[in-house]
Amino acid sequence: MFKAIILIGGPLKGTRFRPLSLEIPKPLFPVAGFPMIYHHIAACCQVKGLKEIILIGFYQPNDALNKFIISAQQEFKIQIRYLQEYTALGTAGGIYHFRDQILTGNPQCFFVLNSDVCGDFPLQDMLDSHKKNPDGSIGTVLATEATRQQSLTFGCIVEDQNTHEVLHYAEKPETFVSTLINCGIYLFSPLIFQTLEKAFKSNLEENYNFDFNIPSKEVIRLEQDVLIPLAGDGKLFVHQTKRFWSQLKSAGAAIYANRHYLAIYQRTGSKQLAKNGENKPQIIGDVFIHPTAQVHPSAVLGPNVTIGRHVVVGEGVRLRESIVLEGATLQDHCCILYSIVGWHSTIGVWSRVEGTPNDPNPNKPFAKLEIPSMFTTDGKLNPSITVIGSDVQVPSEVIILNSIVLPHKDLAGCYKNQIIL
Amino acid sequence: MKALILVGGYGTRLRPLTLSTPKPLVEFANKPMLLHQLEALAEAGVSHIILAVSYRAEQMEKELKHVEEELKIKITLSVEPEALGTAGPLAFARDLLNQDTDPFFVLNSDVICEFPFKDMIQFHRHHGKEGTIMVTKVEEPSKYGVVVYDVENGQIKQFVEKPQEYVSNKINAGLYIFNTSILDRIELKPTSIEKEIFPVMAADVQLFAMELKGFWMDVGQPKDFLTGMCLYLNSLKQKNPSLLHEAGSGIVGNVLIDSSAKIGSNCRIGPNVTIGPDVVIEDGVCIKRCTVLRGAHIKSHSWLESCIIGWRCTVGNWVRMENVSVLGEDVIVKDELYINGGRILPHKSISQSVPDPQIIM
Repeated sequence: MFKAIILIGGPLKGTRFRPLSLEIPKPLFPVAGFPMIYHHIAACCQVKGLKEIILIGFYQPNDALNKFIISAQQEFKIQIRYLQEYTALGTAGGIYHFRDQILTGNPQCFFVLNSDVCGDFPLQDMLDSHKKNPDGSIGTVLATEATRQQSLTFGCIVEDQNTHEVLHYAEKPETFVSTLINCGIYLFSPLIFQTLEKAFKSNLEENYNFDFNIPSKEVIRLEQDVLIPLAGDGKLFVHQTKRFWSQLKSAGAAIYANRHYLAIYQRTGSKQLAKNGENKPQIIGDVFIHPTAQVHPSAVLGPNVTIGRHVVVGEGVRLRESIVLEGATLQDHCCILYSIVGWHSTIGVWSRVEGTPNDPNPNKPFAKLEIPSMFTTDGKLNPSITVIGSDVQVPSEVIILNSIVLPHKDLAGCYKNQIIL
Repeated sequence: MKALILVGGYGTRLRPLTLSTPKPLVEFANKPMLLHQLEALAEAGVSHIILAVSYRAEQMEKELKHVEEELKIKITLSVEPEALGTAGPLAFARDLLNQDTDPFFVLNSDVICEFPFKDMIQFHRHHGKEGTIMVTKVEEPSKYGVVVYDVENGQIKQFVEKPQEYVSNKINAGLYIFNTSILDRIELKPTSIEKEIFPVMAADVQLFAMELKGFWMDVGQPKDFLTGMCLYLNSLKQKNPSLLHEAGSGIVGNVLIDSSAKIGSNCRIGPNVTIGPDVVIEDGVCIKRCTVLRGAHIKSHSWLESCIIGWRCTVGNWVRMENVSVLGEDVIVKDELYINGGRILPHKSISQSVPDPQIIM
């Protein structure tokens, strides 16, 4: 029997996802029509013998999360629980804290998935390769190839080419270590808890003090406190994937992830994509339209567009590489390119909402999506995906270019390369 | 009576349009700029018009053949071997102007207004001196040459070029009437009539100013071309509203549409739009404050404001163009692009947005 743990973090995290994460916990932000962690759950449910999914984080219990869990349980017919950390415990602290819940029912091993990555996770393959590891192996790390330059912003792994044992691990090194990078997806055997206990106790010991101004920390960092000590001990192994994988930490990444998840729907047939037909809007490439959305037959959508619940798309509207969230209205003749239109926002007639993608260079093998800094060195906003927050009114005939609009704004004119508070 | 029109050189300020067509032949409100002046002159009884040109005379001559017949006037091209400024061309055409003793008109070719030539003749005859200059009131006189004159009788006292402090809000409108005796003041060499001839005439009490009624615009560059078009259409509405397209069914405000143009459904055209012959506007297009020249094709759902679309251009679906963008002849703008203040040279195919004003060679 297997389990899966999805680390969903908490409200202090996901700041690079603002203003979208102001409205909804970031792991619930919909990509390709479904919350980010829905895709993780869907991947977990492909693994035979996986019986329970545990979400660990430090969000206060909330409606959105509860509703999501209930509907996902019903859809996937699997037990899903949310276990709340009493404070932010670090990437591995929550796993240690809830060890009894995780170990109940004696799972042979369990997956750990970070919620801020997306991809076509080969969980069954990981499990198969984990089973081939020698006895006493503690874990398998999913890894992928990056460029030399980009590898420095990830956890870097040096492996034994034959045994796939992790020989060395460095988290975001300053100098080049390896182009093989940690995907933030793991498979652990229960033996991991010995390592976690050791790390927990030593961290506690080191940080313990009697100064009430400096609270003691009970944090365990999975990368630094667990992976680095295990590397080179013959207990940690690598499973390399060549499938789609990316970080999902910014709005720009949501557009990129949207495209790839739609491609997965297309390939696997797991979700019904929009088709061309008489009296239907023109569809180019992969487009997902929620059944409750109303799209005028003269609209042209795609490639890589997701239309959410109850969205209204008017006459002659053009959408490309964009996500339109629940309840938004796109009035006649407007044009939306490389943008996210927030919940219940309205785009006026003949308006143009346009962003700039930061896609990885297609000519560089293994290039990953970069998360560019928000501002240039001279203080200007870097061109990126345009994000229209929730309940924003964009008037008619304007252009909103490379901008971020915070929620509940009633815009009066054109904006370019601006954050609109 | 005769008139001399200072057509001049390359019309660089109106590029990229003037790379394909001499400036006087560029259509302003669906009629070559020059024809506005020729018609008004013919109407006022002028029978012989001299065009002072230094460039592309052949093309002009060819195009103007039928105009001579239609308006029953004689057009002579006075082709200068070199640019002679604003006064030199008068000296160069001296023999033509001296054929009789009637006063003659001199016009800057870039000027658009209601051309009150009959009133000018009357005013000129009334004061009996050598020259009359039309003046027009402007908001920002510091950009122009200002004329200071006696409001009672029109006698000009002084010219002040680009005044730093306010002296008057009347500027030279580029329309004159002169007695042939002015020719004695001008030598055959590059000379500025405003700077070298007028001040002397004013000192001799030979120059009078008459204030122009109605609108006036120098339409020699794209921004002013569009402003001038708005003023012209507004004047047309007062004087000859039947020429404008009737409002309703997607037409807003003053709009001039050639009868051969085709307009799709669910469009919003206007205010202040001119659409030339054989233009095709597809469904769901919004056009405001633009001139669309002959044979252009604007595809569905595009939005254009303050643009000049050159002859036989194609603008793709969902294109947004604004901020005095000018497309030269036969430019193609691909679907879904944004053109902000772009000046695009003829025969280009644009496949990337132009987000900031620039010239695309």
